[in-house]
Amino acid sequence: MPHPRPLRPRLVPVLLALAAATALVACSAPANPDASRDADRTRLTLVDPNEPDSLNPLLGYAESGASKLFDGLLAYRADRTLEPALAAELPQPSADGKSWTVKLRKDVRFHDGSPFDAADVVATYKAALNPAYASTVRSSLSMISDVVEMDPRTVRFDLAYPYAPFQHKLVMGILPSEVLAKPEPQDRSPMNVKPIGTGPYELEDWRRGERMVLKANDTYWGGAPKIRKITVVFATDDNTRAQRLRGGDFDGGPLPPKLAKTFENTDGFKVVTHRTSDYRTIEMPMGNPVTGDKAIRLALNYAVNRKGMIDALLAGKGAPASTPIPQSLPEFVEPSAQFRYDRAEAERVLDEAGWVKGDDGIRGRDGRRAAFTVMYPAGDNVRKDLAQAFASDAKAVGVEVNLEGLGWDAIEPRMGQDALVLGDGNPFDPDLTSYPLLHSSYAGDGFNNPGSYKNPEVDEALDAARRTIDPAQRVAYYKQFQRAYAADPGMVFLVFLDHTYVVRDGWTGYEPIVEGHVHGFTWGPWWNVQDWAPKR
Amino acid sequence: MNLADGPTPSPPATARQPGPLAGAGRRRRARAVAALAGRRLAFAVPVLVLVSAAVFALGAASPFDPVKQYYGNQIFTASQSDVDRVRAELGVDEPALVQFGHWLGGLLTGDLGHSRSFRQPVTDVIGERLPWTLLLMCSGLAVAVLLALVLGTLAARRQGGWLDRVVTAVGHALEGIPPFVLALGAIAVFALTLRWLPVAGLTDAGQPATFSQVTRHLVLPASVLGVSQSPWLVLHVRQSLLSSLAEDHVAGARARGLAEWMVVLRHALPTALLPFVTLVGARVPELVTGAVLVEEVFSWPGLASAVVKSALSVDFPLLAALTLLATLAVLLGSLLADVAVALLDPRVATDG
Repeated sequence: MPHPRPLRPRLVPVLLALAAATALVACSAPANPDASRDADRTRLTLVDPNEPDSLNPLLGYAESGASKLFDGLLAYRADRTLEPALAAELPQPSADGKSWTVKLRKDVRFHDGSPFDAADVVATYKAALNPAYASTVRSSLSMISDVVEMDPRTVRFDLAYPYAPFQHKLVMGILPSEVLAKPEPQDRSPMNVKPIGTGPYELEDWRRGERMVLKANDTYWGGAPKIRKITVVFATDDNTRAQRLRGGDFDGGPLPPKLAKTFENTDGFKVVTHRTSDYRTIEMPMGNPVTGDKAIRLALNYAVNRKGMIDALLAGKGAPASTPIPQSLPEFVEPSAQFRYDRAEAERVLDEAGWVKGDDGIRGRDGRRAAFTVMYPAGDNVRKDLAQAFASDAKAVGVEVNLEGLGWDAIEPRMGQDALVLGDGNPFDPDLTSYPLLHSSYAGDGFNNPGSYKNPEVDEALDAARRTIDPAQRVAYYKQFQRAYAADPGMVFLVFLDHTYVVRDGWTGYEPIVEGHVHGFTWGPWWNVQDWAPKR
Repeated sequence: MNLADGPTPSPPATARQPGPLAGAGRRRRARAVAALAGRRLAFAVPVLVLVSAAVFALGAASPFDPVKQYYGNQIFTASQSDVDRVRAELGVDEPALVQFGHWLGGLLTGDLGHSRSFRQPVTDVIGERLPWTLLLMCSGLAVAVLLALVLGTLAARRQGGWLDRVVTAVGHALEGIPPFVLALGAIAVFALTLRWLPVAGLTDAGQPATFSQVTRHLVLPASVLGVSQSPWLVLHVRQSLLSSLAEDHVAGARARGLAEWMVVLRHALPTALLPFVTLVGARVPELVTGAVLVEEVFSWPGLASAVVKSALSVDFPLLAALTLLATLAVLLGSLLADVAVALLDPRVATDG
């Protein structure tokens, strides 16, 4: 090899200049170019962990309202009552409770300029029910037997049975009938990515996996929104959201309680906590010889320290749960159906039922160990933490709980045999959550009542409440339901999670609400963003 | 594939070999190169059919249930009978072979089908995302090639010098670091600590995709992709430059008293670059996988992140189309590299 001579000076500068040019491009970018946004409060930039799969109401988008893009016939107020939206007034049932007539609002137009009338309502609900459209909301509308256009301003819903909370089924977004002309599975509908609704906002742009931009609908029947543009950036990682919120990238977004707390003393931000009906429960399969035993389920309801879980795992942001009906719906709560934390009572129930402690501290009866498996969806940290706390509380009274984190595809076939951390909850009417979860007619039907809980007294009370129009009488039936359930609990309800959000100051119009189990930015502090205004 | 059936350059003797390419010879050469391209493209057709069939076969064996993906969160409130009805309506339980037949039939008539995970036509998904992926991959490749040429040359020029030692050590270390680790590290340093560059996305929240916005957001992912692909290239350039610096023609050039930069850049580097072009072509598969990881970490709205989503949702039409695109990129990469080498070096055989 020839001895390398020193590099001539001219080669070095050429190469170094190339390298420097690359570095310069990389470093010249300014940080936080968005400081100017502070001045423009007519734009709102939010961050959210959940990106919708679709914006089509027939595929479940904004099933419980607050859709922004669409309007239902009715909409929720802050106090959980309903008000007319595309309907002209609140609909009333016929005397037998089996048909509801809805008068429609005049002079409403879709985003594409076409007028709204009864044909759109009929087309939307018929598409939801017709299997050819493969709508995913069909199951929750199963009480509807027909939808009839009486005249262009009136629609009548005929029901298969009297259904008192039917008004809550009228918050689903209405699509223009033109886009539903062809019966085909809705994953092919252009409404998934280019929705046409009547709502206060229209979709301007949606870069999947990154962000969505909504712009104000100037011809909105409820008045043009003062927040002119809403950008929702999708970021699944909690720490990333917190970091970028702090860095000033966003005007708000949901954060887990512990992370949200770190913003409590941050200037310019406030932490908003919403109470919910969003329960987490250890669902118990009746088909398992251990969890199928009433004494085990009753004892575990006494054995779990719900308050301790809320304080230790949820930074205090939650409420104890004994039934699917939360304290945040006080009018429906039955005080005698709440379980206290009482380890001695749990041991007494188990002793009485013949579950005797073995040498290793785990109970047994007739040669069967008091042991079962609790599954939780892998990746859901809240459910994992709760499952671990449940296992440790159970062990303290001599019941062994093994934990398995799995994907939903692996969980589903085992739901008849193994327990599961389940979460759901709708704050608007007890029927919407309790009936599919605990009525025997839903036993083992998909993810509804997955443990196949069957209790004739519970069935009776739920059926009666569903068929009764009188509100006071319904409350009585729901209290009766809770007492019957608590005497033979089908599962171990643990907590109702509070939802925590970080919100930047600078706007007026926020109203607190009680939330359900929601995904995405439809609810949250921005549920009524069309009524917000920049602070002067 | 490329290395097996690609051209095999004979040991170079001189940097340039004038002469045999004049007149009829040049035309013959052009025909031979065209024939090479034709053969490769013809060969690509069965490869693509096989690959897409394999995608459907793998999808059929997937543990994920496409109906659950279709339902999303609605699955938790749906009744079993409704789920079964939707399953029948969507035809997801048809045998994989039948689904493959539908898809292939559609493909021949120019219909790529409908993506279930994105809920829009496959052509729309690809049309919206392909440009961003191409932008990222081309910039990444450019960074890698630039790094390779600059660092490889500097390192080889002073073998055993401090720069050479650093480049070699870092190069070998980088070969073992997966791109997503590099990406997370780069975000931690340049985006979170120094705050020079944005964390992720194509633009700042709420901003339109203007040139300056996209450029600023491109720098970090493209650099990470480029750096992650560069060690093989850098070390290769260094090695082949070292051997060509030892060649007789380089010694001859030195003996003629030519300037050192002239010796390195005009006499040694060209011979070293021929195999480099082949190597760049052969790196395309790594570039594609690297892009998948980098796009995921940086929420880059390209095709690679769509691969992940479609695979999780057992979204046959989209997954098959994306796999075909990736296969096509690999085949084209190797073909272009071979054509380039065949055109640059007349001694290279055109494999027929």
